[in-house]
Amino acid sequence: MATIEEAGRLSGSATGFLDRERTIARPGFSRWMVPPAALCVHLCIGQAYALSVFNLPMTKLIGISQSAPADWKLTELGWIFSIAMVFLGCSAAVFGRWVEEGGPRKAMFTAALLWAGGFFVSALGVYLHNLWLIYLGYGVLGGCGLGIGYISPVSTLIKWFPDRPGMATGMAIMGFGGGAFIASPLSVWLLGQFTTPSHIGVMETFIVLGCVYFCFMIVGSIIVRVPPPGWAPKGYVAPKTASRLITRNDVYVYDALKTPQFWLIWWVLCLNVTAGIGVLGQASAMSQEMFPGHITPVAAAGFVGLMSLFNMGGRFAWASTSDYIGRRNTYFVFMVLGFALYCTVPYAGSTGSVVLFVLCFLVIISMYGGGFATVPAYLRDMFGSRYVGAIHGMLLTAWSAAGIFGPVLVNYIREYQIEHGVPKAQAYNATMYIMAGLLVVGFICNFMVKAVNPRFHMKDDEAERAARDVGAVGKPAGV
Amino acid sequence: MQIENQDSWMKLKVALAWGFVGIPLLWGVLQTLSNAMKLFQ
Repeated sequence: MATIEEAGRLSGSATGFLDRERTIARPGFSRWMVPPAALCVHLCIGQAYALSVFNLPMTKLIGISQSAPADWKLTELGWIFSIAMVFLGCSAAVFGRWVEEGGPRKAMFTAALLWAGGFFVSALGVYLHNLWLIYLGYGVLGGCGLGIGYISPVSTLIKWFPDRPGMATGMAIMGFGGGAFIASPLSVWLLGQFTTPSHIGVMETFIVLGCVYFCFMIVGSIIVRVPPPGWAPKGYVAPKTASRLITRNDVYVYDALKTPQFWLIWWVLCLNVTAGIGVLGQASAMSQEMFPGHITPVAAAGFVGLMSLFNMGGRFAWASTSDYIGRRNTYFVFMVLGFALYCTVPYAGSTGSVVLFVLCFLVIISMYGGGFATVPAYLRDMFGSRYVGAIHGMLLTAWSAAGIFGPVLVNYIREYQIEHGVPKAQAYNATMYIMAGLLVVGFICNFMVKAVNPRFHMKDDEAERAARDVGAVGKPAGV
Repeated sequence: MQIENQDSWMKLKVALAWGFVGIPLLWGVLQTLSNAMKLFQ
């Protein structure tokens, strides 16, 4: 097994600052430096969840005090987030292999350029009052920054924490949930600083945010390190025999797509996220309509804030728990507990129990976040750690799909119910039962996940070469 | 002695790195928590 001292000599070779070889840890490096590096990126790109802060100000850029006819409409602005989410999924899928082979520093640096560049182009779009520039800036460039940034630290964290992969990736992905907590009040404060009676300071806020995020993400790319080949934490002994659902082999990135396991996990994630994302977006309206007179708009805003906290906390808590109870069992808990809770929500509505309603949704939303954070470790268990970041990138298309299914299900079923004379307070009941039904399908998919057929494993000599040379390009198993 | 110094320096770097990300995150969480308290008012 290689030591960290040997790795230190390796890193002295004349390579570019961004290259993977230059990020190999030197002697004495602590692996606890890597989660903050990952958080530097995820806390920044998590701003995407707080984009709605700009919606109202951007509808009054010309009219200032109220929307003028030439001002942008909310429906037009809604596309910015949608485009960014589509490009998140696409870029994570397309650039996943490049991220794995180029190393985390190059990926984080690229993500910083794209993310900050997206803000600067959007600022130009605001200045010229050209919405297409904002679609291009935040939507396309920013979306690619989101995708590359999201997957950039995943495999590095898993390699540094082979003993606690769920906890390690949970910490990073928790940052994505927490990014909005920083971005939301910061954006409101900046808007307040730059807004005058004759001008709304969206452009200036975008420029400042772009600069701040660029610096923050660059710090992450500077401090990130990959472990030397063969490195293991002190006292950690890799299991001699593979567990039934934890492989010791690697599967080549594109071979993973040929396995039923990839698609089963794709559906597990998609269904879990669909169930959560639908209620996340509608939580405020839903709580007020189900409890008219009991939950005011102010209290509903508090409820949404509390849900965000549980979304973030669930990412760390559930992913860490999965290290002890196993990834498959964790998803079984999500599906069974989620089913019970979704079925309980109509009961809470009919009995007027606000406390039960709030508790149900807080646990549901913690499992929504937990689903995101646990899936990288699930993929590592199935496909090995060599290409886990790239495979994770391809799996994120499930998120994009769920982003469409979830809100559509909640909104259209509610509309249909109201049109057919169902009182508003009960209009969400059918949706809750449908969400519970989706989780039953998710349970079946998760139940069907078995170990990957050995014919998909990378051939031994290639696996050894990949282990020796962290920058090596893997070869398919020839299936 | 040199190894001990290196170890202390690394511990300091780890603390700084966690502070760099932890302080803004904590600030954001406290802001959100104070808004969330409106649910119980």
